[in-house]
Amino acid sequence: MKAAHYWHCFVGIQGREWLRFWQQRTRFASALVRPLLWLVVFAAGFRAVLGISIIPPYQTYITYETYIAPGLCGMIILFNSMQGALSMVYDRELGSMRVLLMSPLPRPFLLVTKLLAMGTVSIGQVYVFLLLARLVDVEPPGWGYLAVLPSLLLTSLMLGALGLLIATWIKQLENFAGVMNFVIFPMFFLSSALYPLWRMNEASPWLYWICQFNPFTHAVEAIRFSLYLEWNPAAFGITTGVTLALALLATTGFRPQRTRILGTKSA
Amino acid sequence: MTLQADRLNFRYGDKAVLRDISFELTPGHFHALLGPNGAGKSTLFGLLTRLLAMQQGDISFAGQSLKRQSSSAMRQIGVVFQQNALDLDLTVRQNLQYHAALHGLSRREARRRGDRELARFGLQDRANDAVRQLNGGHRRRVEIARALLHQPSLLLLDEPTVGLDVASRKALNQHVRQLCREDGLTVLWATHLIEEVQPDDRVLILHQGQLLADGPGGALCWAHDQSTLADTFHALTGAGNL
Repeated sequence: MKAAHYWHCFVGIQGREWLRFWQQRTRFASALVRPLLWLVVFAAGFRAVLGISIIPPYQTYITYETYIAPGLCGMIILFNSMQGALSMVYDRELGSMRVLLMSPLPRPFLLVTKLLAMGTVSIGQVYVFLLLARLVDVEPPGWGYLAVLPSLLLTSLMLGALGLLIATWIKQLENFAGVMNFVIFPMFFLSSALYPLWRMNEASPWLYWICQFNPFTHAVEAIRFSLYLEWNPAAFGITTGVTLALALLATTGFRPQRTRILGTKSA
Repeated sequence: MTLQADRLNFRYGDKAVLRDISFELTPGHFHALLGPNGAGKSTLFGLLTRLLAMQQGDISFAGQSLKRQSSSAMRQIGVVFQQNALDLDLTVRQNLQYHAALHGLSRREARRRGDRELARFGLQDRANDAVRQLNGGHRRRVEIARALLHQPSLLLLDEPTVGLDVASRKALNQHVRQLCREDGLTVLWATHLIEEVQPDDRVLILHQGQLLADGPGGALCWAHDQSTLADTFHALTGAGNL
């Protein structure tokens, strides 16, 4: 197969994902309600309790809304990636996955392209969220919106690959409620999304270390730093490494017979 | 091009689903894969489409093993799945273009081929309709048109008439036979409905994971001293009529 074939395939998968997004735009809009509630209601309530000191990448004291906005960007991607990965192997996307896997192009390429396509739709939502966040004075520098793009892409691929891996190999987590309780909430709460890690360290050193081992922490920090035009090589490097490892595991370890793609009972 | 299955065995855990299956498809012919529900037809299709990884045996296509040359083989195979694999919210044309892109075709080429296939299936005026608006028979036609978009030489259909009324079933069956005659397409049509099989079709009878018979329908009846294919099936499997 030539490079042009790969390109047409890439564009086709992206195009389909955006078409579906357009068809279901009300569903996607409603998915923004969750992070906005966190930003407006939760942050207002906890602002006084948590008080943030000056920590990098911020140059001055910041509001709690400003602190949690990058974590909520991660949250949007986290929910979408898990939901998308589950639908790839269990429900709405089964037909599309059958067609996808009939392509003569290599399966890892197809799966990564699919995950990236789902990721770009999530990223679109993140940008809408960031624009709405300006209404509560979360105002990163203008170039930050561009600089954050690679971190958002990496995060979406990392979480999409993790979702695919979980959906393929852990039978007990085949519904969204299970994934929410055992993957999404632990990843989100045991990270720097809602509170800086030094505060966690004060409360409990072992919880702090769990947060440090959580790749979502580093993804959120990569988003936070790049949004404010600061370079955080550790966060970016760890996120990149984990993304590559998960993408490799999820795509080479993908087995349609462990899913409902075949239409027969899974083994 | 020839498809050859050689001593295929497949198990789900401890349960053997396919046992020592070997057959060869004749280029340009209509083959009926006949078997009741649970015979192993969908598992066999899973192996032929590489959705299932082969455990034992091999499948070769034009002399090339599917294990080693799966990319070139997949370019030659068109598939219609038992369950709907169309995106109901997208239009007919959008569905076709997605499939074409997956086979590396440009948008322009996809549109050209899509229009041609839709015209052939009498669906050109439905191109911009959402698939959800089509009836079951038309959806199946779209699936076949889509499977032919990349110009395969082998068409695999896994119980394509499930859920269709009698008239639609008959029309679809006739249409695929016409493709076989006019385009030299090799067809493997899995079904549990014996009325979809004609006496001069090559018939493969699959039962409990074993290939019990392989030959022209008429010859199978003669060899087993039966007057109809349904009786032949009954004599071979000990099961009731399909």
